[in-house]
Formats: sequence, C-alpha cells, structure tokens
Amino acid sequence: MEQPILEVKNLSIRYNGAPADAVRGVSFTLGRERLGIVGESGSGKSTVGRAILRLLPSAKVSADIMRFEGTDLTALSEAQMLKLRGRRMSMILQDPKFSLNPIRRVGHQVAEAYLRHFPVSRAEAKAKTLEMLAAVRIRDPERVHDLYPHEISGGMGQRVMIAMMLLADPDLVIADEPTSALDVTVRLQVLNILDGLVRDRGIGLIMISHDLNLVRNFCDRVLIMYGGRVVETIAARDLDQATHPYTRGLLAAQPRIGGPRAPLAVLDRRPEWTEEFTQ
Amino acid sequence: MTVSVEIRDLAITFGQGLSAVRVLPGVSFSVAAGECFGLVGESGSGKSTVLRCMSLLTDIWTGEVRIGGRNVRDIPLKERCRLMQMVFQDPYGSLHPRQSVRTVLAEPLRIHGMDNHEARMNRALTDVGLPVSFLDRFPHQLSGGQRQRVAIARALILEPSLLLLDEPTSALDVSVQAEILNLLNRLREERGFTYIMVTHDLAVVDHMCDRFAVMLHGEVTEVLPRAAIPGNGATHPYARELIAASLEYEGQL
Repeated sequence: MEQPILEVKNLSIRYNGAPADAVRGVSFTLGRERLGIVGESGSGKSTVGRAILRLLPSAKVSADIMRFEGTDLTALSEAQMLKLRGRRMSMILQDPKFSLNPIRRVGHQVAEAYLRHFPVSRAEAKAKTLEMLAAVRIRDPERVHDLYPHEISGGMGQRVMIAMMLLADPDLVIADEPTSALDVTVRLQVLNILDGLVRDRGIGLIMISHDLNLVRNFCDRVLIMYGGRVVETIAARDLDQATHPYTRGLLAAQPRIGGPRAPLAVLDRRPEWTEEFTQ
Repeated sequence: MTVSVEIRDLAITFGQGLSAVRVLPGVSFSVAAGECFGLVGESGSGKSTVLRCMSLLTDIWTGEVRIGGRNVRDIPLKERCRLMQMVFQDPYGSLHPRQSVRTVLAEPLRIHGMDNHEARMNRALTDVGLPVSFLDRFPHQLSGGQRQRVAIARALILEPSLLLLDEPTSALDVSVQAEILNLLNRLREERGFTYIMVTHDLAVVDHMCDRFAVMLHGEVTEVLPRAAIPGNGATHPYARELIAASLEYEGQL
C-alpha cells in the first residue's frame, strides 16, 4: 500500500486561555483522495486544518502522530515549515475578498507564491502564472493578470486563489469553505475546476465545509465533527446511510427541493456525543 | 391583519440623460396577503435593494410600492414601522453589542407609546422560543441562532403585518436554520403574516415560499410558483441555469 500523504493520530488543540480543548482526539489518514470534514460552526473543523499547517502559534497542539509524507510536522522549526507551506501543502481560504491583497495586481500575487519557492526569473514565473490562470479556466489570462482584486468577481477571485495555491504543485491542499462566499451557479463551476485539478495532479484534498451537499458531491470520504471530536467517518456516497444520530440529525434538518413542507427536524443535541470515541 | 404588496417599476437611476446609470432598471411584482414570496438571484442582482427600497431605508427610487393598497410614501413613519419590519441577514451585525435584549425590545415600544412593556416583551420572546430570562442578556451571551431569534422578536414586537426577511438564515448552521425556518412558518400560520424573503438557497424557497421571483442585474426575469423548482419549469435562460445548478448541487440530476 502506498504511503499516506498525511497521518494524524490523537490530535488535540487548546486555544490559549480557553477552558477546554477545541479539538480532542482526532485521528485520520489521507491518501491521494478527497476527504471532507463537515461540522457546524465551533465544531473544530477549521482548527484541524490550521493545526496541520501549523498556523496556530499561540494554541497548544498535541498529537501522537502528525506526519506529512514521512515528515513529523510537530518537530519542524518555523523555518522548515516556511519551506513546506505554500510549496508542498497549501490552503484555500473562504473569501477571496479578504484573502487577496487589495493593492497588488492578482497576477503578481499568484507569481509570488511561485517565486517564493523556486529559483526562477520573473519572466518564467509570469509564464507559469498565465498557464495556471488558464488552467483554472480564466478566459483571458493576460488581461486578468494585470487586474486588481476589486476589479474581478468573487468566482474569479476564488479561481485566482486556487491558481495561487496549486501553482507550486503541492501534494496536500486544505480548502477551508472554498465556495461558501459564492453564488450557487458559480460555486459549481469553481468546485468542478478545483476537483479536476486535484484529480489530474493526484493531490490529496481536505475539504472543510459545513455543507453536506458539497462533501457528498466532491469528496470520497467524510469525517463528521461535533464538539471537537470526529463522531463518524463514512464514504461520501453512503452519507444518506449515516448511523450517528448527529449526522442523521444534520441530514434531516436540511430543507430539500421537492421535500415535504412538514416542519424540519430539529437537532436534539446529546451530551454523550462529545464524550464517545469512534474510530 | 394581513396585507398585500404591489411593486411597480421600482427603479434606481443615477445621473441623467445618456450618462444615466440604471442601478436597478425596474422591478415589478405583487404579493398576495398572507403569501410567502421569495426573491432569489446572484449577489449584486438587487434582491436586498428591493427590500431596502420597500422599507424606505433607501429613499432614492422611483416607481410605486403599495402595501395593503396604500402608497408606501404616503404612510407616516410610525405607522409604516408598525406595518412592516425587517429581519437582517447577519445577527452578529444587526444587534447592538452593548444593548441588552431588554433595551433592544423596549425601544420600539417606548417610541410608539405602547402599553404593557413587560408583557409585550415576554410575549415576543416566548413567540420566538426563548426563555423570558434572556431579556437581561447581551448579544455576546447568545449563540447565532439565539441572536437571530432576538432579531425576529424585535421585528415582531410592534405587531407588524409584513415581514421583510433578508437572508434570515444564511449566516446560520443548518440545524439552527431548521429551527428558524420552523419558527417563521409557525408564526405565519398563527398570525397570517405576509413574508418577502430574500435568499440564495432554492431549497429554502421550496420549503417556505409559495412563489418566487428570479432576479438578474436588477430586473425580475421570471416569477415562478414553487412547483417549478423540482422539474425546472423556468423558461428564462438565467432562471433555468439557477434552478439547474441548485438541483445539480443537491445531487438530484
């Protein structure tokens, strides 16, 4: 069996000064697949993503194993992490409005991600950037390259972000709610682009989302988090057969097109959901 | 009491002559008394602007808005507030962080010189499913769903007939959304409210609304009944695209 891209065992995270752990005992391995992490706000799903990239300097992160392609992430210095971040693992954030620098042309921002990690000339980096902008299906890369973030739409902004994150050809991409800020028509387009690139390049993808429909359509496997714990792991296509009452509750709470207009099921939160171990 | 709504040629234009910019080229639709009417469309299509114009939060429009047969511009401010109220999208932004729930609910009662403050505040909180003890809480002591309930209680306290709902659940988790949608449906059944609801989620439209308008670039492309969603009965290309995308997203294609 091939070596997993990412291996996490018994990950716990406590924010500085917080009375309880934000994440407790999370374990999973990621191969060349698309893994969804779903949960509600405060479930710890984004915290897990950030801890993997070591973006939580003030939080207390502990794990029995947190290994990325054989490298122990917990033991790396910040200087070593800088070589890894953006090069071999990267993150796509929720809202391009806040993630792009408003006073720099988008092409330069994309190229920076490449120049940072490879000893190439600016001209070479620009050529790579244009190629990548075309790969995220931006029709006129030359023109878009010179635009500022306020001159492009949300959907195009998110495609620029994807281009930036995939340009260095990473092995692991963590997408944290990559399309929550987008309209439904644009959302599908962006997800299809991301999906195509991730498959073509054999990238391991962690898709963090609150949206069950999204992970059902764009992931292979899903972790469901509640109160900082993974309560259930299930193949995305079997999501409807989920057994954990929390997952079932989430599915039932969702209005569906063509569904009955009866009052929606309301989650009856049980204290034991935050206590039990499932693996 | 329930009221009908009629909107004719609602438009916002900046400048004049050839250089005029039509921000909202023209919106017309009508909503029957007691109906739940949806406004859907992509961001920037003018959905929220329509609500802001109707409530005169934006006052630079031309055209006509009639509520219960009366021109909205002829209704005095206080009466207008008692006729229609708005619930905003983000309960983290729409409640004053330094005002307790009591302050939030008491202010409209005082302005409108209403009696029985305590009883009315208790009723409004009970209506939205919050315990009366929450009156002395501040927004930071409430969860997102509880905040949105307070925002709805604030809209209910003057006993309006028409509620303008601007994406009331899009900032909330799906389980909390279910609670708020159930609450809105129950209130409409009990009180016969007329709702105009802006949303980008067609599943919510299908669950809540009787009819909905699809907006694009400030215009209503098509008004459709709820039944047009599952089989994609839209005729306008954009409306078709929107419904198709939503169906595909739900995995129903």
